[in-house]
Amino acid sequence: MSASADELARWDSVIPGIVRVPLRRRALGLLPGALVVLLTLWVFIHLGLDPLVIWAGLGRLGWLLGFMLPPAHGGLLGVFIWAMAETLAMALLATVFAAVLAIPFGLLCTRSTGTLAPVTFAARRLSDVVRGVDPLVWALIFVNVVGLGPFAGILALTLHNTGDLAKLYSEAIENIEKRQLDGIRASAGSPFAVMRLGALPQILPVLTSQALYYFESNTRSATIIGAVGAGGIGLLLTERIRLYRWDEVAFLILMILAAVFVIDAVSQRLRIVLIEGRKAPLVA
Amino acid sequence: MSDAAARLEVALRTHRAQLRQGNLLIGGAFLLAFAAALPVGGFSLARLIEGWPEILSYLGAILPEIRHDHVVEDVGKWYWGFWRYLRLMVDTVLMAYAGTLIGLVGALLLVFPASNLLGRSRVLRFACRRMLEFSRSVPELVFALIFVVAFGVGPLAGVLAIALHSAGALGKLFAEASDNLDTRPLDGITATGAGWFGVIRIGVLPQVLPNWASYTLFRFEINIRSAAVLGFVGAGGIGQELYTSIRSFAYTDVSAVLLVIVAAVTMVDLASQALRRRFLDEDVIG
Repeated sequence: MSASADELARWDSVIPGIVRVPLRRRALGLLPGALVVLLTLWVFIHLGLDPLVIWAGLGRLGWLLGFMLPPAHGGLLGVFIWAMAETLAMALLATVFAAVLAIPFGLLCTRSTGTLAPVTFAARRLSDVVRGVDPLVWALIFVNVVGLGPFAGILALTLHNTGDLAKLYSEAIENIEKRQLDGIRASAGSPFAVMRLGALPQILPVLTSQALYYFESNTRSATIIGAVGAGGIGLLLTERIRLYRWDEVAFLILMILAAVFVIDAVSQRLRIVLIEGRKAPLVA
Repeated sequence: MSDAAARLEVALRTHRAQLRQGNLLIGGAFLLAFAAALPVGGFSLARLIEGWPEILSYLGAILPEIRHDHVVEDVGKWYWGFWRYLRLMVDTVLMAYAGTLIGLVGALLLVFPASNLLGRSRVLRFACRRMLEFSRSVPELVFALIFVVAFGVGPLAGVLAIALHSAGALGKLFAEASDNLDTRPLDGITATGAGWFGVIRIGVLPQVLPNWASYTLFRFEINIRSAAVLGFVGAGGIGQELYTSIRSFAYTDVSAVLLVIVAAVTMVDLASQALRRRFLDEDVIG
């Protein structure tokens, strides 16, 4: 049941433009889109995204992917495993150090604990700067200062995470529900009891969950900061790529994927046990 | 004591015992891992104490000396390379833009066949999912290291690395958003005899677009941060400049470049957050 041409024309004369959009208006509507397309084309040309170059590169990529199969450890399995252990150690230590250091730092960033306003301001800006700089940059800086190796990586990740966690902690502290504290005070709880039974149960799940999340994230970061010399599997990966040992590169990438997968699964499990398992049982 | 109270008492006691057991187990495993990590990671307090003065003096050295009576000259000397940094930072943002855009296209191509609800072929669904998983699990920097070999030094390698990683990351978020959609409109459109593309165009896209747009902008913010460091491995952008100034101990240049990066990232974040809020607000109203 379609409308006749007459009827459509009638409606167009009643409300101009409802059926047939005038060409000029249609062109105007397309204008922003066309501008974006042109701009994007310019960006692609400016960055050297030349189809011919990409085509040639894809050829080389295919050639090099061919050498990746089958992945092999080239007799260096022990070295690879040690490097992976270094990576995981960096991630774990950095998470623990940052989780601890962020507590006093986070308190300094919090207004509701009675910290002086100028102190809060300074602490917050410091945390902004520290976490605004990528872990990879901190790693490069620490490699320059304390030398090559995982120690530089630990310092870099710790510093970056401390900034991040301090912000999250201070938000968690500021979001405490005051009524729970009042309740314990009203039942004659000591200041210690107010902290232990009123504040901590509200903050701890957030802290635990964030620490676990940072452990996952640090495992990912720790695999790559080796590229600037900060130890771990990234160092090996960069070296193997420079040497064109593609089968070993593929093996290392698979190891990274497996490690990230396992750490995510473990952390997921711990999150359930530590947070869900803490809740008191419901008894009718 | 009433029956209910006694049951509560017993339940609480077993719960506490279980908790204690779990605490001991997890705590023990954690301490063991921590103790093992210290030597493996080459960490010791002695080394930290030994390195501490150097760390402080380095951080002191990268800050510029600005005398209060020569502010203009000193800032000028600190930022002698300002226009160069600005050009490189703009290039970095453009790399993130191009990478996000290409990644978005990749994600859109893979997400429909990968979706539980919309994927027609099981083999295709499996293949698309594994591809998305792979490309988001491998860090950009690893892709960049390999692409620099294949495509040569320069922003092209960086853009492609960002694109590949973003396709995976966006694909996952898109798939989650599209798995939660309301299926009734889809049934309605299918009932009118529409094909697969019709269902997606009229039924799916209007539901998921605000979320997807917001995710894409968020990815763009993340990608600017990544693009700023991909230069470390030769993949273009301001990272190359930062790498050179850190490695050649050009102290004050380090802080100058870092400040440019932090300022640019902050500005783009603020703009993008404002836009994202608008998308999601429209979602609520529409």
